[in-house]
Amino acid sequence: MESRARPDTVSKPAAISVTLYVNGEPSKLAIAPWTTLLDALRDRLHLTGTKKGCDHGQCGACTVLIDGRRVNSCLTLAVMKDGARITTVEGFAADGSLHPLQQAFIDHDAFQCGYCTPGQICSAAGLIAEGKAKTADEIRELMSGNICRCGAYPNIVAAIQQAMGAKT
Amino acid sequence: MINFEYARATDVADAIRQMAADPAAKFIAGGTNLIDLMKYDVERPMRLIDITHLPLKTVDETAGGGVRVGALVPNSDLAYHPLIEKRYPLLSSAILAGASQQLRNMASTGGNLLQRTRCFYFYDVATPCNKREPGSGCSAINGINRINAVLGTSESCIATHPSDMCVALAALEAKVHVAGAAGERTIAFDDFHRLPGDTPQLDNNLQPNEIITAIELPARGFAGNYSYLKIRDRLSYAFALVSVAAALELDGGRIKEARLALGGVAHKPWRRPEAEAALRDQAVGSNAFAKAADILLGGAKGFAHNAFKIDLARRAIIRTLTQAANGTPQTQSSKKIR
Repeated sequence: MESRARPDTVSKPAAISVTLYVNGEPSKLAIAPWTTLLDALRDRLHLTGTKKGCDHGQCGACTVLIDGRRVNSCLTLAVMKDGARITTVEGFAADGSLHPLQQAFIDHDAFQCGYCTPGQICSAAGLIAEGKAKTADEIRELMSGNICRCGAYPNIVAAIQQAMGAKT
Repeated sequence: MINFEYARATDVADAIRQMAADPAAKFIAGGTNLIDLMKYDVERPMRLIDITHLPLKTVDETAGGGVRVGALVPNSDLAYHPLIEKRYPLLSSAILAGASQQLRNMASTGGNLLQRTRCFYFYDVATPCNKREPGSGCSAINGINRINAVLGTSESCIATHPSDMCVALAALEAKVHVAGAAGERTIAFDDFHRLPGDTPQLDNNLQPNEIITAIELPARGFAGNYSYLKIRDRLSYAFALVSVAAALELDGGRIKEARLALGGVAHKPWRRPEAEAALRDQAVGSNAFAKAADILLGGAKGFAHNAFKIDLARRAIIRTLTQAANGTPQTQSSKKIR
């Protein structure tokens, strides 16, 4: 394809100014177009709760909420989210109290190594807001974008059910 | 990821103008496939033109009794839209069979059509691939080809189109509305994607500088008798080895109208009018279903690792038509196949 003949770098692009409202706080950043939201959160805003797993949208560790919807921040360009409200795992606890999902993950021992947990919690918050999952089968299906290599899935489902106020 | 320039388009005309001014640019909407491919150095655009601010985000009923879906409607919103759930449940089901909820939240309707056909070698820039570098050769034909196509292949390419949504859109005979410098046109869904032939670098018939503006669903939605069955290596969040979209209109025990499309087996959603014609005016039952399956799979050719797909597809077609006829569509939450 003709596009393969392109030079390896483009010299021109200047950093682009964007404002991200992360966990309620506005942050104005001058950012290169190729910076993913994941890298902007971790490297520029030092919010390292959001994890880089596969970096290709296959594992869900980078899941955050944008305007209340769960997305893979590794496949999102920060420059495309100017003005967006972003919630990371750091935005869940309030006034010194854990969010019900965080408490439920502890109550149900829903992790071992914990690397997938911030993505699981953000994804579960998105799932609850969507209101489409009622049964355990539906939770499993709609959480399938979040991989847990420790295999804590049964406890993750139980934690989400607790947070949903459903019977466990 | 490679470096690139970034620009925003304000409306459809502006997007077309900006693309015409820079042939090395690409449009970006959800980015779920494009950013992934850019990270693998498979796609190397000089500039991305952000079309997410274009006013193509509504789902509207048409004067003809159908539904027009804006190209930027997210996959998840489309799957859960009341009009789609009620009138085109086959489309809802197929969308929910694909990807993860995070990706469905990001991915656009138009972008789903434009995701690249799938093959591990296409993603691996260390290997020859006619789709990535025309004339370099096909690594899959004599390589590891378990996931590859068994229908409509060529000596140049045996990649498959990975979309579930598109299999349903093919069965529903959707239309693709596009706009370009020369004006607007409408493309029948079967004519949108291409077989590889000797130009596998072209996945579809969209012309340079053209942009998808909407998908139009005809009035007939087959809401009573339909099923989307996806067979894959794990129960969720995996591409299809074989998928089947089946839609029937029944008159008692007889078939008045039938639609049948396959995913995971070809460079595009696979349909054959003769297979559907063979079902018309037949009694519901495995005899008619098996005959349609044989016609739809006629000429199928397996390679070293994927010949199993032919028999798998045959059985999946019969099962899916049975589910459709019984009014018991495959659920996409519990994966039990009945």
